[in-house]
Parts: sequence; structure tokens; C-alpha cells
Amino acid sequence: MFGPGVWRFGRIADPVTDMQRLQREMNRLFSGASELYGHDFPPVNVWRGEDGVIVTAEAPGIDPEKVDISVVGDSLTLSGVRERDVLKEGESYHRQERKQGRFTRTLQMPFHVESGKVEAKYEKGVLRITLPRAEADKPRKIKIKTE
Amino acid sequence: MATEEKDIKKKPAQNPVETERTRSRKVFLPKVDIYETKDSIVLIADMPGVDENHVDMTLEKNILTINGQVEPQGFPGYGAAYAEYDVGDYQRAFTISDEVDRDRIDARVKNGVLRVTLHKAEQVKARKIAIKAE
Repeated sequence: MFGPGVWRFGRIADPVTDMQRLQREMNRLFSGASELYGHDFPPVNVWRGEDGVIVTAEAPGIDPEKVDISVVGDSLTLSGVRERDVLKEGESYHRQERKQGRFTRTLQMPFHVESGKVEAKYEKGVLRITLPRAEADKPRKIKIKTE
Repeated sequence: MATEEKDIKKKPAQNPVETERTRSRKVFLPKVDIYETKDSIVLIADMPGVDENHVDMTLEKNILTINGQVEPQGFPGYGAAYAEYDVGDYQRAFTISDEVDRDRIDARVKNGVLRVTLHKAEQVKARKIAIKAE
């Protein structure tokens, strides 16, 4: 469910997938390869409202000009690059914990997005994207007539 | 992505001493890169949500402590649906060797990244000894 590739939210927790996830977590712990299946960058939080969704992502140190946000139908794709400092000769790292390089993430929304009204803001290393629900995709209220 | 994959999940910080914070907020260890150049040591810390008014650094004896405060944000009318990261403050401390000039430490914050340059003291830089041939 949280692998690279398309991810969706808004589903009711399914006990089978929960079990599978637990199993995968356990395998990860015991295989010693925990770093290999680390979470995707950037980590996101999703907020859901009546008219749409807000996605926040912790992506410190990126150039907002070089972040590509694209919305197609119900999927949102974030891609960009985190540049690393180029070391000169004779310079060396003491430690390197920050993740760097190119990143791409695709998230699937539970509805079609009004792509023309998507807003994105980058502040203090946190990216915030507001995705309004497409008008055509909104639930329609059906009036019940009485005779 | 680079050859090695790194776990990007934030790790909870451990207080170096047995103290309690007055604010009941989660504290995380910021991820850092540290590299050494000929005349300085550069420390880069990822602290998303922190700006120049909410970060402070203290140097006591040889311990450099970084503190960052993050205001949790909420969106009226919206409810949390899914979370991969948690919001909280940042704290981390490093021991600094004597070769660092205490009076020349620069720090800047940009886009949630703190960059600290610790300049090496003059006498340390001049320690290289030329060897002459006979």
C-alpha cells in the first residue's frame, strides 16, 4: 500500500492488508535491510475537507522553482530534486543523513481534481497543495418528491 | 535517488540529560550532514517548519545545541485523513572540538534547512609543517 507507485487513501482499513503490512514490517525488521524500503520522499500528510483535500509535504531545502506538481484526473504527482553540496578536493563528510537526489511521488485522490484551481505554496521547507474537488465530481443532492 | 536509500522517518530525540521540557510537544532529531573543509566545518540540518525566528543555537563549553520550534498547523474545515510525518520541535547537540573558533560561527536558515559554518581557529589552520629535503 505504501510502496513506490500509486498510493491511495480514504479507504476503510482492511484487516488483510493490515496483516500484510505487519508481515512486511516484520520482515523488514529481521532482514536488516530496513533502509532499503524506507518511506518515500517527501513524507506527506493529507487533510480532507468538504470541497477538497490539502496535501502537506515536508521537503526542506528544495528550490520551489524546480518542483514539478502535476495533476491528471485524480492523481497528483510531485517531482523535483534536492541538490547536495559539491565537495572540493580535500573535503570530506563526517556524516550524511539527509536524503538527496531526485524524487517523484504519485498520490491518488478519492475524487477528480479541478486542475485549474490547484494551489501550491512552499514555506519554511513545507509544501502545501490545495486540491479542490472537480465540480462535475461532486456528489449531487437528489430531492425526493412527494406526491 | 542516490545509491543508498535513507530512512526519512524522523527519529524521536533523547534528551542528553535527565530533564523535562516545559512544553508538552514532541521533539525530533533533525537529520544532519556534516562536512569538513580546509578552514571550516559545515553542518546542515533539515528542520522543516522552522524559520529564522524559531531557531536558536547555544554553545556551552564544547557542546553546540540546536533548537527549533515548529508551530503545528491546522486547517479549519479540514480533518486529518492520513499522516506520514509528525509535527514537533527539533533538538540536537554536538560536541565541538577545540579547533573551532568560538567567536566565528555563522548560521543561516533557508527553506527549512539550517546551515551552520564553524570556522577553524587560525592556529589550527597553520599547523601544517613543511618538511625539507636534505
